[in-house]
Amino acid sequence: MKIIAAMSGGVDSAVAAARAVEAGHEVIGVHLALSSNPQKYRSGARGCCTIEDSHDARRAADVIGIPFYIWDMADEFHEGVVENFMSEYKAGRTPNPCLRCNEKIKFAAVLDRAKAMGFDGVVTGHYARTQESSVGRTLHRAVDPLKDQSYVLAVLNREQINGAIFPLGDTEKVDIRIEAEARGLAVAQKPDSHDICFVPSGDNAGWLRDRMGSEVGPIVDQDGNKLGEHKGAYTYTIGQRKGLGLTVPTADGSPRFVLKIEPVSNTVVVGAREDLAVTSMRGERPIFCGPEVGAAPLRGFVQVRAHGAALDCTYYMDNDQLVAELDQPLLGLATGQAMVIYDGDRVVGSATICETA
Amino acid sequence: MSVYLDHAATTPMFDIAIDAMNTSLRKLGNPSSLHTEGRSTRKDVEDAREKIAKGVGCLSSEVIFTGSGTEANNAAIKGLFWHSDKKVILISSIEHHAVLDPAHWLVEHEGAELIEIPVDADGVIDLAFLKKTVAERASEIALISVMHSNNETGVIQPIAEVVKIAGDIPVHCDAVQSFTKVALSFKDLGLFAMTVSGHKVGGPLGIGALILRRAVEIPALLHGGGQERDIRSGTLNAPSIVALAAAVEAKLYDASKVAELRDSFEVGVLASRPDAVINGKSAPRLPGISNITFPGTQSDSLLLLMDSQKVSCSTGAACTAGVHRPSHVLMAMGLTDVLSQSSLRFSFGTTNTASDVAYALSVLPDVIERGLAANAVGRK
Repeated sequence: MKIIAAMSGGVDSAVAAARAVEAGHEVIGVHLALSSNPQKYRSGARGCCTIEDSHDARRAADVIGIPFYIWDMADEFHEGVVENFMSEYKAGRTPNPCLRCNEKIKFAAVLDRAKAMGFDGVVTGHYARTQESSVGRTLHRAVDPLKDQSYVLAVLNREQINGAIFPLGDTEKVDIRIEAEARGLAVAQKPDSHDICFVPSGDNAGWLRDRMGSEVGPIVDQDGNKLGEHKGAYTYTIGQRKGLGLTVPTADGSPRFVLKIEPVSNTVVVGAREDLAVTSMRGERPIFCGPEVGAAPLRGFVQVRAHGAALDCTYYMDNDQLVAELDQPLLGLATGQAMVIYDGDRVVGSATICETA
Repeated sequence: MSVYLDHAATTPMFDIAIDAMNTSLRKLGNPSSLHTEGRSTRKDVEDAREKIAKGVGCLSSEVIFTGSGTEANNAAIKGLFWHSDKKVILISSIEHHAVLDPAHWLVEHEGAELIEIPVDADGVIDLAFLKKTVAERASEIALISVMHSNNETGVIQPIAEVVKIAGDIPVHCDAVQSFTKVALSFKDLGLFAMTVSGHKVGGPLGIGALILRRAVEIPALLHGGGQERDIRSGTLNAPSIVALAAAVEAKLYDASKVAELRDSFEVGVLASRPDAVINGKSAPRLPGISNITFPGTQSDSLLLLMDSQKVSCSTGAACTAGVHRPSHVLMAMGLTDVLSQSSLRFSFGTTNTASDVAYALSVLPDVIERGLAANAVGRK
């Protein structure tokens, strides 16, 4: 096949591209420039959109022996990911921009463009596996549980999964580094990227404050009593305990947690730990990576964070919403997060959480 | 088959230059040394300087060797600015970044005022604007810099008129693309300073020259051993200098053949893509450069597709990250942001043949179709 290798400048995508070449594909390396004003150098271990990263990607492509180009996706990334990140926070939800990037950029903008140009698919360094089965190609967890990235890929539809190649899902990260070393790739020991690539400082709250301003508002308890003031409701997340700055202690001295963010009234509601407990969730815009789910309840697992636990649940569709009922209550679940349903290690699909109870 | 159509980026070294360089590489002697070996290398360098001076139309004492055309442009722009007590820099809006960026740097760091001379739709500078600006502000202008021909479009600029209008104001001319391709004489043009580069004319990479009127001593960028009139210190790169001189002296550039190839390519492009636009076509142009807009495409997609068909061409401008940017040259000519990102530069050289043109034309229609499709999904 003729495929595009999306190369971030990291070790994973470099080895993925090399493996695709060895598998007999005709591979062209592409680095996505996601910022119109990229920093020259990485700060710490973050990011995949500095000029240094694009040089690392180019060098890896040269060592592997494949053509290499840079695609400017800065506008698409800004509109599809960065603006969505801000508007979600503004609406009191907690988005995951990496999912959004996979959905809108890596497996949409890039895959569409690649197909229009005569390529068959896109290879990436994500840790996940695909399998051919009687119901078509399905998406599965990687063998390395610490690196498994199936959660952030669960936004891909069947067509996108058909156009995706994940060569690293069968290998542990530690072995990928050894393999990179053996292949002479200079990025073999490059640190993993962390956090959100467009927030190089890692300070999400500060980043949001700089761009959206900070409107002071009340922090209240569940009865509406004002306990203090916050510096911009969107910089808080459900379940957050630290940084509330409250001076009025609870009667029993127990800590308070953020329960709810009300963007319209610019209010942050806090309460006790047990009030965070959630036993069911509903998600909108469901995407199924394999067979569709119907109204009949099924048993499986739901995961609500990139490296969160797989929680036993019963799931089903209720009209156009995906519902998961948990066997055990979960503490601190924000709307805007993605709920990803698994059947064993197979990704069933995902939806954006819009309601919890 | 692979076809190289990016001779404006760099062009093959002539064999005669490679041979001269090989011979020089085997020779021992720092040209600044006083002993036999040093004197021998010095003689080679000075022989070369005379040959280059002859090719450029200047005195040999006016040739200052540099490490690149970019360095020569920097030395000229910064040096002429510092040499003067005036603050205004007048350059064309289509200069190469090697002129544009030092001028902007002087604005940001040295209190310069930058005035850009606009160009018309064909990419030729507006002489009336220049005349008016000079008439109004002559006493404040430190230097004028206008390129001899543009690197993206090949459009040749009216330098003789620029010099006439400038009067006593020093004029620098970046002649990197024009040198050896069209008639060019430093002396006849009456220039103050001029830039040439080795690897665009069949010489090696890493050698350029600033041609600077004798008895004009501008401040140096590099200080050290005092070579090159104390304007450019550093041990002279004898093998590259000798090779550049050999390339210049050989006069192997076949302008009429190159122009014929370029013209037949353009005829073929317009036959298969009637909506294509050749930028600067009605202005005088260099023989080898063709800049073509393909509406509805993105040039980075086209470059990838051409490259995968083994045809090498260029998108014009790229930033340090390698991200394609709208060309400031095409935008100065009035193209929109979108159209200027839908353009490719094909540049022909003496090594190209008619079958190169035929092959490039044979792959072009499919490349454009795929480029249109890729752009269409990107815009949905």
